[in-house]
Amino acid sequence: MAHHEITFPITDPADILKLRAGDEVTVQGRIIGIRDRTQIRIFDQGVEPPMDLSGAFLLHTAPGVRKVSTDAEGRGTYEKVCIGTTTSARMVRFTEGLGEQYGVRAICGKGGFPDVAIEPMQRLGMVYFAIVGGAAALETTQIEEIEEVLWEELMPECLWKFRVRDFGPLIVGIDAHGNSLYHDVQARAHEKLKELYARL
Amino acid sequence: MSTITTTDLEGAVEDAAAHLYVWALKDIPQDLRDALADARDRETSKTGIRILETIHRNVSIADEQKNLVCQDTGIAVYTCRVGEHFPLHPTRIYAALKAGTARATVEHPLRSNAVHVLTRENTGPNVGYRLPIVHWDFIPDWDGLDVKCVPKGSGSENMSFLKMCVPADGVVGIKKFVLESIVDAGGKPCPPGIVGVGIGGSADYAMYLAKEAIARPVGTRNSDPLVAQLEDELYGLLNETGIGPMGLGGDVTVLQCHIEHADTHMTLNPVAVNYQCWAARRASAHIAADGTIDFDREF
Repeated sequence: MAHHEITFPITDPADILKLRAGDEVTVQGRIIGIRDRTQIRIFDQGVEPPMDLSGAFLLHTAPGVRKVSTDAEGRGTYEKVCIGTTTSARMVRFTEGLGEQYGVRAICGKGGFPDVAIEPMQRLGMVYFAIVGGAAALETTQIEEIEEVLWEELMPECLWKFRVRDFGPLIVGIDAHGNSLYHDVQARAHEKLKELYARL
Repeated sequence: MSTITTTDLEGAVEDAAAHLYVWALKDIPQDLRDALADARDRETSKTGIRILETIHRNVSIADEQKNLVCQDTGIAVYTCRVGEHFPLHPTRIYAALKAGTARATVEHPLRSNAVHVLTRENTGPNVGYRLPIVHWDFIPDWDGLDVKCVPKGSGSENMSFLKMCVPADGVVGIKKFVLESIVDAGGKPCPPGIVGVGIGGSADYAMYLAKEAIARPVGTRNSDPLVAQLEDELYGLLNETGIGPMGLGGDVTVLQCHIEHADTHMTLNPVAVNYQCWAARRASAHIAADGTIDFDREF
């Protein structure tokens, strides 16, 4: 189990291709918060995201924040209260579009993606990072600043840009080579179930 | 923890609710901390240990910084045990719980999760039509009120399952359905958590009982020895599935399995599963007839 440190957004695909399922990763730089309604707007309502997503690291989140001011154009600035990560599986159908149309290279959430994400992630050179779900008090300390908030009307499911330091630990749940820890764990568990049922 | 005295009983219930909601979100109960520590000691997979150590670190940071353990402030679910002589009608108790939930959300501030189910528009500070949710229990020959607040996150609530087994499926059918549900849930509900199981009653009542089960102190056992035996057995079987912390594989898949039961129709055998994540938040208070609030009382 190797450990890697990666700064996002990335420009070199090798930063993703070097990762293997089970590796641990610490992230620096800038990451983008996104959630159900944000992606429904992009893909189902056909609204172009007003933020560059190429080489991006997306975090499945709807943060708890406090509004500190509003600028002349009516845009709010926010400070963090508690920022954590939500269940990814609900949003799996957006994976291919995020990679193909917008160049997203990493998606981070909790609970994993089902197997349908494995092929597009391999084809497009993407990874899924598993964060420790529920560990929001820790995650909040690793987010240095909320740099930008777009689509505020979707609060809290806006497009968020965070500057992070030592964000993690993250585990590579699905790599860009067709490996998924979730697939492996499920396959073993279903085998085990047969054995357990025989004992009942 | 602390005692507040007030002459305004509805205000006292509102104060209790406002305090309980935030307290539950920030300070997880000792029995849960013990169960998480035990999980860390038992786990042998490298990734699993890393996850359980991170959970431990997170709980310590929440304590030090007085922050929320998890960002999902959930839907506020309360359990009220109302004494028949408690001098405030349940209608007013409900209004006070709603006001307290909203006040805590605005004052902290807490993330507001409540939306209209069709428009998905936010309805306000974690309250709305039929929100918060309250479970009622009425106690004869008593003049007190116990309130328990269980903020229920969506990651675990989405992992709720109901099966109308038939009598011929027997207890084996119950066990299979619980096992299959938790394997299929995988990492989604933030394991290792508490598996709440409701058996018997009707379809809706089985799920209600499953929710009661997740709100019990961790590791308590059903007073019926047969049901308690089933709790022990399922707890052991679930931890053999290998789902592990966050569904990434390991020895510890669940912290506990709690079962609540009710007698049922001769042709029914309902089984409901309601999952509670590792951040199994809960906080309780007792409110006396004179408005004195005691936050130290678990039930």
